[in-house]
Amino acid sequence: MEEVRIGEADFDPAAEYESLRDSGSGTGAIATFTGLVRDSGDLQGVTGLYLEHYPGMTEQVISDLIRQARERWDVRRVKVIHRVGTLRLSDQIVFVGVASAHRGDAFAVCQFLMDVLKTSAPFWKKELTESGEHWVAQKDSDLAVGGRWEG
Amino acid sequence: MSDQTVTVRFFARLREELGTDRETLPCEPGQTAGNLLEQLSSRGGAWAQLTGDQPVMIAVNQAMAKPATPVQPGDEVAFFPPVTGG
Repeated sequence: MEEVRIGEADFDPAAEYESLRDSGSGTGAIATFTGLVRDSGDLQGVTGLYLEHYPGMTEQVISDLIRQARERWDVRRVKVIHRVGTLRLSDQIVFVGVASAHRGDAFAVCQFLMDVLKTSAPFWKKELTESGEHWVAQKDSDLAVGGRWEG
Repeated sequence: MSDQTVTVRFFARLREELGTDRETLPCEPGQTAGNLLEQLSSRGGAWAQLTGDQPVMIAVNQAMAKPATPVQPGDEVAFFPPVTGG
């Protein structure tokens, strides 16, 4: 069961949901999150994103986050998909899905993985606009929400 | 010895501004990731930003590291801007 997938290919949330649902009769809750390309970020008039990553390290960092999640919460099945390359408006960027016994753990693991992925997994976004390109700066607000899971 | 080297990799904005994604550097005994940064920064020009105002993140053998992290021959050291995925 492949838990982490990084690549250019798009994904099908419905198929991922069915895979999470097929995680045994102990599963009582599934939480999923999907991130999309938006038309504004650091810049207005964003027409797309270019996403770069550090192959190998990315997968290791996310696998380690999943291991941490399993130590803290009930996790029956988990799936993290992150796309790289050139993406257009409304394209899917990232998917996190968690099957758990209870909704509290499913929500918590989903949010933990997204929050900490944003501040520790080696991905970089470049915003594309009609007038140029811009590497996105890390947000203090992202660091704050990533940090709240420490300890 | 010719194999006393480390591979240094650059990503994202640093990769573009330095004009390279990797190079091989000699590895002295007792070297740290911070020594490598200073050595590269001393080239001047775009390289000076490696020890400038903007934060540079470090990984050694694909694990997050610090300037004080020791570097051995054969290691892969990466320097990159703060991450912005998700």
